[in-house]
Amino acid sequence: MQLMYRDGRFIALCTTVLVIGLFTGGLSSIATAAVLPEDRADVLYHRYEGGGMEIRGPSVLVRKAVSNSVSVSANHYVDKVSAASIDVVTTASPYEEERKENSVGLDYLVGKAIYSFAYTKSKENDFTAKAFNFGASQDFFGDLTTLSFGYAVGEDVVGRTGDPLFQENADRQHFRFGLTQVITKNMLASLSHEFITDEGYLNNPYRQVRYINAAGTGTLNQSEVYPSTRASEATALRLGYYLPWRSGVHVEYRIFEDSWGIDSKDWGLTYVHPLPNGWEVEANFRQYEQSAADFYSDLFPYQDAQNFLARDKELSTFDSQSFGVAASWVFLKGRYRLLDRFAVRLAVDRYSFDYKDFRDVRVPVSVVGTEPLYSFNATVTQMLFSVWY
Amino acid sequence: MKFSRSGLMAVLMILLCSGCTVKPWVKPYERARLAEPVMSLSRNPASSAYVHHVHQAREGARGAEGGAGGGCGCN
Repeated sequence: MQLMYRDGRFIALCTTVLVIGLFTGGLSSIATAAVLPEDRADVLYHRYEGGGMEIRGPSVLVRKAVSNSVSVSANHYVDKVSAASIDVVTTASPYEEERKENSVGLDYLVGKAIYSFAYTKSKENDFTAKAFNFGASQDFFGDLTTLSFGYAVGEDVVGRTGDPLFQENADRQHFRFGLTQVITKNMLASLSHEFITDEGYLNNPYRQVRYINAAGTGTLNQSEVYPSTRASEATALRLGYYLPWRSGVHVEYRIFEDSWGIDSKDWGLTYVHPLPNGWEVEANFRQYEQSAADFYSDLFPYQDAQNFLARDKELSTFDSQSFGVAASWVFLKGRYRLLDRFAVRLAVDRYSFDYKDFRDVRVPVSVVGTEPLYSFNATVTQMLFSVWY
Repeated sequence: MKFSRSGLMAVLMILLCSGCTVKPWVKPYERARLAEPVMSLSRNPASSAYVHHVHQAREGARGAEGGAGGGCGCN
């Protein structure tokens, strides 16, 4: 039996958000009047290692202006997964699989407005997700204010390995609003809000919950059951400040809530410091915490204890912290007529996750439900090569 | 009373029409610092998207990620 790489609700969301993120570069040109994103190509190698999981692969992003008002882009992203996480080893067998994602986008500049369109398709052996995104931004008030909005729609087809007759669907919609304001000649503020709705099969078709058997001597498993709808809202405030020694400091705070009962908040601090000869170093810290979904439980008292059942640790109560450093170097600037400059960047982030009501069932105990709480660390490594032209 | 109300309206109209409205307070030539690369959190879109991707894989929250979104993670 194979556990799906990530439950469907998540993959589809990621697909949609990736479209929004990669192909709205023009919307983030907040310090100046509306301009198209820079012409550049990026090759990223990424690796996540922790909690029994290793996910690695490339991401290639290419962007080119084809006229003064139109810029096109394409992205190819791969996740190669080797899975032996606590979920996998306790209810299934370790597995390997691959997810590929391809996206295309177009930005259209009209006066002080930018219109963005993007399409993404993600595919793995038991899951397909498609998403379309539209975004618009407009500068006004002497270009001190940028107002943006976006809409994205996604469609998933969920399968199950070994069961060719199993096929379910889910639809997703994103509604985004953003306001960026130049506060002073050293300070920017940005407020963003996103409303997301899901409808359809939002389960992981492989994941199981555990419950106490009738004799009370041990546990048995049954499949998770999720609601068929979900609605969530997230609001984030970001501030950027230019320090007198030419460095930048960024603070962000986000709150989130959804119809499943999850409430979360996170904040982060990033410091960027330029050095001579094209070098730049960066350090960041982030803190995240959330409450559990209403239908989550580490251990249900009996079979079918509720109409909805979940034991996904991403729906449990937990907090996490991360600390990361990065260094980049821009070189050969202006050396070639057709290629403006090159850059390399190495970034390493260390995460620690502490679960408050998800227990490590690999540890044998005499009384079920008294296993130690689960925690793990993860290391994320990125190597990026970029060229501007 | 009638006179004072009219007078108040007149004063308000004068204020509104006499340049008391808020004007852009940071001139274009004063925005060089804001355009510096260190002031952008999405200087590398592929990298920013991947980081958000990791967060979404591990967390229940989603949305409002800012300039760059994310992909996926794992169990």
